[in-house]
Amino acid sequence: MASVPRSFLLLSIIPTILILCADFACCNTGRKTGDGLDTDFSGFSVPLEHSFEVDDVSRFRMRGALQLRGGRETSVSLSQSQLSEEDRNTLKEVAAVDGLYKIRVPRVSLTDRQTERQMDGYLTAFVRACSLVESHLSDVITLHTDVSGYLIGVSIVTIPGACRGTEVEDEVDLEAFNTTLTIIVPTNAPQPETALFIERMDIEHEKRGKPQEQKSFFAKYWMYIVPLVLFLMMSGAQDQSGGGAANGGGR
Amino acid sequence: MKPPAKMSKPTSLFVIFFSLFVMSEAVFEDQVGKFDWRQQYVGKTLFAHFDSHSQSSKKLFLATDKNIFASFNSRTGELFWRHVDKAGPEGTIDILLLHGQDALMVVGGGRLLRSWDTNMGGLNWEAVLDTGSFQAACFVAMQDTVKHVAVLKKAAISLHYLTNGHQKWVENLPDSDTVQYQAVYSGGEEEVYVLGVVPNSHLTIIAYSLEDGEIIKQRSVEAPWLSSVESSCVVVGHGVLMCVDTATLALYALPIQAEEAPQFNQILLQSLDLEVSPGFQPVLVSSQPHPARSPISEFFLQLGPDHHVLLQLNADGYTIAPLRDFQPAFLVSFSTTGEKTVAAVMTPKNETACAINLFSADSGRRLLDTTVIFPLDLNGGKPFKLYVHAFLKKDDSVGYRVLVQTQDHALTFIQQPGRVVWTREEALADVVTMEMVDLPLTGTQAELEGEFGKKADGLFPMVLKRLSSQVILLQAWLAHLWKLFYEARKPHGQVKNEVTIETLSRDEFNLQKMMVMVTASGKLFGIDSKSGSILWKHYLENVQPNAVFKLIVQRTTAHFPHPPQCTLLIKDKDTGLASLHVFNPIFGRKSHIAPPALPRPILQSLLLPVIDQDYAKVLLLVDDQYKVTAFPSTKNVLQQLQEMASSIFFYLIRSDQGNLSGFRLRKDLSTERIWEVVLPTEVQKIVAVNGKRPNEHVHSQGRVMGDRSVLYKYLNPNLLAVVTESTDAHPERAFVGVFLVDGVTGRIIHEAVQRKARGPVHFVHSENWVVYEYWNTKSRRNEFSVLELFEGTELYNSTVFSSLDRPHLPQVLQQTYIFPSPITTMEATLTEKGITSRHLLVGLPSGAILSLPKMFLDPRRPEVVTEHSREENLIPYAPEMPIRTEWFINYNQTVARVKGIYTAPSGLESTCLVVAYGLDIYQTRVYPSKQFDVLKDDYDYVLISSVLFALFFATMISKRLAQVKLLNRAWR
Repeated sequence: MASVPRSFLLLSIIPTILILCADFACCNTGRKTGDGLDTDFSGFSVPLEHSFEVDDVSRFRMRGALQLRGGRETSVSLSQSQLSEEDRNTLKEVAAVDGLYKIRVPRVSLTDRQTERQMDGYLTAFVRACSLVESHLSDVITLHTDVSGYLIGVSIVTIPGACRGTEVEDEVDLEAFNTTLTIIVPTNAPQPETALFIERMDIEHEKRGKPQEQKSFFAKYWMYIVPLVLFLMMSGAQDQSGGGAANGGGR
Repeated sequence: MKPPAKMSKPTSLFVIFFSLFVMSEAVFEDQVGKFDWRQQYVGKTLFAHFDSHSQSSKKLFLATDKNIFASFNSRTGELFWRHVDKAGPEGTIDILLLHGQDALMVVGGGRLLRSWDTNMGGLNWEAVLDTGSFQAACFVAMQDTVKHVAVLKKAAISLHYLTNGHQKWVENLPDSDTVQYQAVYSGGEEEVYVLGVVPNSHLTIIAYSLEDGEIIKQRSVEAPWLSSVESSCVVVGHGVLMCVDTATLALYALPIQAEEAPQFNQILLQSLDLEVSPGFQPVLVSSQPHPARSPISEFFLQLGPDHHVLLQLNADGYTIAPLRDFQPAFLVSFSTTGEKTVAAVMTPKNETACAINLFSADSGRRLLDTTVIFPLDLNGGKPFKLYVHAFLKKDDSVGYRVLVQTQDHALTFIQQPGRVVWTREEALADVVTMEMVDLPLTGTQAELEGEFGKKADGLFPMVLKRLSSQVILLQAWLAHLWKLFYEARKPHGQVKNEVTIETLSRDEFNLQKMMVMVTASGKLFGIDSKSGSILWKHYLENVQPNAVFKLIVQRTTAHFPHPPQCTLLIKDKDTGLASLHVFNPIFGRKSHIAPPALPRPILQSLLLPVIDQDYAKVLLLVDDQYKVTAFPSTKNVLQQLQEMASSIFFYLIRSDQGNLSGFRLRKDLSTERIWEVVLPTEVQKIVAVNGKRPNEHVHSQGRVMGDRSVLYKYLNPNLLAVVTESTDAHPERAFVGVFLVDGVTGRIIHEAVQRKARGPVHFVHSENWVVYEYWNTKSRRNEFSVLELFEGTELYNSTVFSSLDRPHLPQVLQQTYIFPSPITTMEATLTEKGITSRHLLVGLPSGAILSLPKMFLDPRRPEVVTEHSREENLIPYAPEMPIRTEWFINYNQTVARVKGIYTAPSGLESTCLVVAYGLDIYQTRVYPSKQFDVLKDDYDYVLISSVLFALFFATMISKRLAQVKLLNRAWR
C-alpha cells in the first residue's frame, strides 16, 4: 500500500481541489526600479504604505507603488525602494519589542473605468515585525478582490513566518524587500454535478447490459399455474359430484 | 475495518451497503418518550374565550400573537388542538368571536374570515374578504338568533352568513377618505350601526338595513373632543354610546338609535365625585352578554392604574349612578351566566398574593364566598388581564373560574376555592437563546472535592478528613445499593421520583443537565433536561421588546465551592446600550456580584480563556469608542490582562458598512486597529458571521487516505466564516459569497462565490469545514454545499497553531448537493472528545429534525469509485442528498416553527444532547455513531457470566485432569 506513488494521490485530489485563480505577477525588488513598466496600458498605480513604530501608533509612509492592471487578465506589479538606514534601525527596534509591521493600500476598483476608481478608506494588514526581520524581508503580499473587481482585502505573510529570536547580523539582508505579489479573485463554488452523474449512470447501465425485462407474474410461472388450475378444476368438479353423492347417501 | 467484499457493481450497491452499515438509528417503539420530551406552546394570548356552550365543557379557546388558534383543557391546561397559521402579518389574528359552537376569526389584517368548529377544531368554512384593512367585527342577530357576522373594513362593510360564510351584502362606506370608521354595533334590531369619527370634529353614525345593506339613516354629531371611538367609547344599555374624555374630564352619552338630531349629553366626572389619576387615560369597560340583546347598562370606568368605578346608566339613558368604587383594584372583568351578570375585581392582598372577588353587576354588592387568591410570583410578571367564566351552581348561586394572564405571558387558571389548577409559561414559545449547564455534584461528592479546595491544615487532620469523607462515600454507596435492591421489587413505572431543585445532582454520565433558556419577553427559565420540568424562572422587568440577548457561561459547575455563574448581556438593538444580569444557572438566583455600569453602547463582547482567582472566565465588553471593560474587573484580572494584552485580538463587524476590522488590546485596555477588510456594500452585504464553538474538540488531526498517507486538517480556531448576499436580486446575477477570514490577522483564507444563488443562507462552521445551504435561483431548488480545508499531507507546525505563523494557504475542497427540502435551521452534533462522527441536525419547515450524517457532505466523495476511495469508506458522489424518514430524530413529535437547535456534549462520548426550540421545545439524545460505549438494554449478563464461570471451572477441571494424567504418565 505504501508503495503507491504519490502522484496517484495527487491525481485523486486534483479533480476536487478548487484551483485558486491566482494570477501571478512579477516580484520586483527595489533594485529594478519601475521605469521599465508599461505605462501606456490601462493600468494605474496606487501607493503601498507601511508603518512600523516602537510605540505602535500607526504612521504610514510610502513603501512602493502597486501597478494594477484591470480587465480580463488582472495583473499587478510592485515597484519599491530600499529601506533607509533609519528605517532599518527602527524596524529592528520594533522587532525587539514585538511590535507590528503594518501595510495598507487604498480601496480601489480594478475594473471600474470611470474616474471614481478610488473610494475612501484603506485596507490594512499586519505581520509581526520580528518575523519580517528574521525572514530577511521576504514577504508575500496578497490582494483579494470581489466579484466586481473591488479590492476588498490585503494580507501579508513572511516566509518563514516564525519568530525564533535569531539575530540578523547582515545589514544587507534588511535593505531590499523580496516580495511575492499575488492577486486572488473569488473562486466559483461548484454546482451539483448532475450531468456527470447521469452520464455515469448511463454508462453503468450499458455496461451491465440491458436489464431483463420485467415479466409479469403470470408470464413467468404460467407453466406451474395452468396445470395447478386445471388440477383444481378437475378435482373441484369431482368433489362436487362426490359431495352430492355423499349428501344423497346421508339422507 | 470490514473490507468491502468484491464490489464490482459500484455505486448503488455501495450506497445501500453504507446505509445499512452506518445508519440504522430510528427509535424503537418502546423507547418513545424515554429519552425525549416535547412541550407545546402557543405564545402570548390576545383573545381568550371560555366555552359557555354547555355547562360541563372543559374547553378554553385562545388566539395568540404567534398566529395560533388553540383549544385547551381547562382542567389540566393541556392542548386539545392547535392550528398554527403562517408566521408574520399574513397570519395575524385580528379578532376572535365565539358564538355557540362557532368560532369566528378574521385573519391577516382582514384578508380571510374563518369559522371553526369548536368541538373538534375543524374548519367550517373560509371566506376571502375584499381588500382593505380590518377595523372591527361583530355578530348580528335577528329575532334573537345570530345568523350573520358583520366585518368593518376601512372603506366597506360586509355581512356574511354564519352557516357558510357567503356574503350577504357589501357596501362602500360614504366619505371613507375623511371619516375613520372604527366600530360596528348591533343590538339585535333590524339595523347595523357603523360608527366613524373625523378626529376633533364630529362623529358619524350610519345605520344599514340588515336585509339589503341600504343606508337607513345617516347622522353626524358634533364632537370636537373626540379623537378615537375605538379607545374611548363603548356601547352600554339600550344602544347608548358612552365616551370618556380626558381633556374635559367628562363622560358623554349619546343614544345611537335616536330619531331626531342627537346630541351628546355631557356628564362631568366631578358631578359624580370621581377624579382621574394625573397623566392617566381613563378607560371604559362594558359587556354585551348576547349579540341578540343590547349590552348591560353597567360599566366600569378605570380612573387610574389601580382605581376602577362601577357605574350604571339609568333608564332615562342620560344620567349615571355610581354603584361601587374599587380602589385599589388592578383588573376588572364582566362575566354572564344565564341572566346574571357579575363583575370580577382583582385587588392586591399582600406582597405575594392578590384576591379576586365577584360582585353583582346590577347592584354592586359583593357575592359571598367568592374570594379566590391569586398567588403573585415574585419572579414573574404582574397580572395583566383577567378572563372570567361564571356559571350557575346547583343552588343557583354563581360560581366561577378565572384565567389570569400576567405580563410575562404566563397563564394561570384558578378555580374556587382559591386553587391554582394549572399554569402555562407561554413565554417559552419564543426562546431566543439557551445554554446547558452541568448539574452540581451531590453532597458527598462535593465533600470529597472540598478537600482539594482548602489549604492543608497539616498531615494528620488531612488523613482524618480523607478517611471521614471516604466513610461518608461508603455510606452513600451502601444506601444507594439498598435503594436499588428495595426498588427492584417495585414495578418499573413507579420508581420515577420527582425532580426538585433540592434533589438536583449530576448523574453518572452527565446526561441530565440544566437548560437555561432566555425568552424574548425577558423571562429566564431553568429546565431540567431529563423531565422538562421548569425548576426556576426569573422575569426581568424593563426589557425592551427589541432587545437582543447573549448568554455567557462564565463559570461552570466544575469549580466547587464556587457556584456556577452565567451572565446575560441584554442589549437594546436601537441604542446599543447594554446591561448585564448575573445569575446562578442552577437556582436562577441573581448573583450578589455587581456588574459594571455600561454607559456607552456595546459593540462586541468576548469571553476570554483567562480566569480570575475565583475561576470565572473574564468577559470583555468593547464599547463604541473601542474602550474595553472587563468583567469581573478585579486587580488579579487586570494584571493578567496587562500581561496578555499583546496576544488578545478581537474583531468587529459592521455589516451596514461591510466592514470587518481587527483590533489588538493594549496594556492600558485601550485598543489598536490592526487590520481592515471592506466588502463594498454596493455589491454584497454581510448577512452572517460565524466562528467555531469554543467547547468543540477535534479528536483526529487528519484523515487517513486510501494509500495510508494522512491528509491533515486545517484546524484554525480563529477562523471566521462570513456569508454575504448580493445586493443585485436578479436571478441571473444574484450570488452568495462565502469568505473564510482569519479573525486574528484578517487574512482572507478562502473566497468563494456561489453564482445564481440567494438566501436565506443557513450554515454551520465547525472543525475544518463549513456547510451552507442556499436557494439556487436558476434551478429553483435548495442546495447544500460543503467546504473542507486541509493543510496537505504535511503539517506546518504540528505542536501549536498560531494564526501569526501559518504562511501557506490551506487546500480547499468543495462539493455541492441538491437538497429536496427547504430548511429553517442547522446545527452540528457535539460530543465530549470529538471521537464520534459528526451529524448535521437540520430543522425542516415540516417540524421534523433530520440527523444528516456529515459523511454525506464530504467534498472528497469521488465521482468515480477507485480502490482508494473504497478503502477510505467514501460514499460515491450523488448529486442528490437523500432524506430518509428514519433519520428524523423526533419521529412524530414535530417541533412547530423550529427556530434553533442547541447541542451539548454529555459525559458519554457517544451521546449528544439536543434541544430544538421554536414554538415548541423538544429535547432528545442522539448517537451519531450509535452507542458504542454503552451496553445494550437487553445485554445478557446471565449468559455471559455463566459462560465465564463455566469456562473457569472447565479450566480448573481440565487442569486437574491434566495433572493427574501427567502424574500417571510419570509413574508408568
